[in-house]
Amino acid sequence: MSEVLVLVDHIDGAVRKPAYELLTIAKRLGEPSAVFIGGADKAAAAVESLKKYGAEKVYVIDDSEIKGYLVAPKAEALQQVAAQAEPAAILITASAEGNEIAGRLAVKLESGLITNAVDVKEGPETTQSVFAGNFTVTAKVTQGTPIITVKANSAAPEESAGAGTVVDVAVTVSDSAKKAQIVASQPRESSGRPELTEAAIVVSGGRGTGGNFEPIENFADSLGAAVGASRAAVDSGWKPHAFQIGQTGKTVSPQLYVAAGISGAIQHRAGMQTSKTIIAINKDEEAPLFELVDFGVVGDLHTVLPAATEQITARKG
Amino acid sequence: MNIVVCVKYVPDSTADQAFESDNTVDRVGVPGLLSELDEYAVEQALQLKEKNEAPESVTVTALSVGPASAADAIRKALQMGADQGVHVVDDAIAGSDALATSKVLAAAVTKIGDVDVVVCGMASTDGGMSVVPAMLAERLDLPQITFASVIESQGNQFRIKRDGDTATEVIGAVAPLVLSVTDQTGEARYPSFKGIMAAKKKPLETYSLADLEVDAGSVGLSAAWTAVENTEARPPRTAGTIVTDEDGSGAKALTEFLASKKFI
Ligand SMILES: Cc1cc2nc3c(=O)[nH]c(=O)nc-3n(C[C@H](O)[C@H](O)[C@H](O)COP(=O)(O)OP(=O)(O)OC[C@H]3O[C@@H](n4cnc5c(N)ncnc54)[C@H](O)[C@@H]3O)c2cc1C
Ligand SMILES: Nc1ncnc2c1ncn2[C@@H]1O[C@H](COP(=O)(O)O)[C@@H](O)[C@H]1O
Repeated sequence: MSEVLVLVDHIDGAVRKPAYELLTIAKRLGEPSAVFIGGADKAAAAVESLKKYGAEKVYVIDDSEIKGYLVAPKAEALQQVAAQAEPAAILITASAEGNEIAGRLAVKLESGLITNAVDVKEGPETTQSVFAGNFTVTAKVTQGTPIITVKANSAAPEESAGAGTVVDVAVTVSDSAKKAQIVASQPRESSGRPELTEAAIVVSGGRGTGGNFEPIENFADSLGAAVGASRAAVDSGWKPHAFQIGQTGKTVSPQLYVAAGISGAIQHRAGMQTSKTIIAINKDEEAPLFELVDFGVVGDLHTVLPAATEQITARKG
Repeated sequence: MNIVVCVKYVPDSTADQAFESDNTVDRVGVPGLLSELDEYAVEQALQLKEKNEAPESVTVTALSVGPASAADAIRKALQMGADQGVHVVDDAIAGSDALATSKVLAAAVTKIGDVDVVVCGMASTDGGMSVVPAMLAERLDLPQITFASVIESQGNQFRIKRDGDTATEVIGAVAPLVLSVTDQTGEARYPSFKGIMAAKKKPLETYSLADLEVDAGSVGLSAAWTAVENTEARPPRTAGTIVTDEDGSGAKALTEFLASKKFI
């Protein structure tokens, strides 16, 4: 069976959930091989977790020549692994960086690229959600090695033991790939809540919060959810840009999306419309977001959310 | 200094978007315009010119690859203040994917020649993939500084702030380079009356694939490296339950709903 390469999404060696999702998808297409680009001292722990989710091989690439530069060196590294593994497909998490790595790799490998898939089946045949979720598109790569970026939450990670055979790869990074330098990097402060793009539940607040996110955050905490925001809330300075959901913010696809005090502009919808279940709380029964919801409350978020938070906490005992 | 700003003509995202029978995006039946996110790119290109020690020595060229109507997008950029336009139009381009589009754009940038900065938007608003800037950098062998929210430059030294996926980063590179900008860079200007009048006299050149020495067989729908098998309008969401809160009934119904779906 042919290998399917999965570029491992991790922070400083800590493997992120989307990597397990991709391994799960890779299994449908062939033999999952993880590609870990990171610190040599972090590899062993990463391999242990990757093999729990079915990685038969783990290509380990030391990142000392890679981590100081934007995107290009990772595409070169993947190109070199691909030359060695001759994979049936290459799967990458659909993030800003992931899509860019995939784009450069597609040019290098002269291969077709499909981005932001929400499902991948045997073939590989991909499913994408386009035009702010109004259309579903199925597609295939017809040339070269299929390169597919997959949105977080597109599969439930399934544990299954893989051999996890380590293959050390010494990659050469060209000088021209080292021209965009990462001069400084400030890791996002952890809020103690789940990461927005990975979370199973997201609770977002908009202009309707009036700048008071406490009801949103308390409600989110009662459900173990991540907190998001509309651009209006971000532009008002109530939340940093990293919280923004939408066309020019993050795209989320959780099991449950709750929007409170958000009208539902097309640009906001673009970032949340593939959520499985959608709930809105809005004072205005005409708010466009109500067209999308599975459940909606016409009411003031400042009274509805605190009461609901209390009831949820009570139920949980 | 030569700046090229890549502008895309896209179907209006607030109109009903649709597909043609061959599964390409309907670019005829839906009114088009300059992609909103590329207005930010034009704005930043113009600011780079204005901040230059000798602004008159800087040329901003608006470049678009697209059908005849895409000239509208270039014209808007000229009205905002770009100096000249280049429009690549060729029937063979229809249905191109990002790989082919980036190939044509790269050939056009090379033909324009002696380009210091290629400025792009962060994404096309018509189902953009946010990959064209990275592909352009790959094809032109230039550094990419993409998703900039803040841009600083001094001579040919550039620094941007990038809101990465897990960190906020400062990226540095030396021109020539490819830059893509987000809507965080600040409001784009509106064309002034004077700008609209001046734009009518600005040069707008048209190139065909032959002018760029790009093989027509390597672009367009039939040469695409991906094939759309099926497009389907999402079935209308089954109308949700909407309740009106009265004396706490809303919270109660909300909790019940969450419990029924096993979220609690
Ligand atoms: C190029 C571009 C890119 C954009 N990108 C994004 C993006 O990525 N993400 C994004 O979100 N937006 C984006 N926008 C902005 C978008 O168009 C909307 O302006 C924005 O989403 C509105 O945010 P909102 O719903 O919070 O505010 P509003 O539209 O003002 O809605 C506030 C809502 O709160 C309700 N409300 C008020 N008080 C209460 C209360 N007490 N209880 C309950 N409900 C209440 C109101 O009825 C109203 O429906 C973009 C716009 C442009 C032009
Ligand atoms: N056909 C095109 N003509 C000119 N510029 C384009 C075209 N397609 C994409 N671009 C540029 O590339 C950016 C990202 O596009 P995309 O990768 O399609 O999301 C856009 O914001 C434009 O600046």
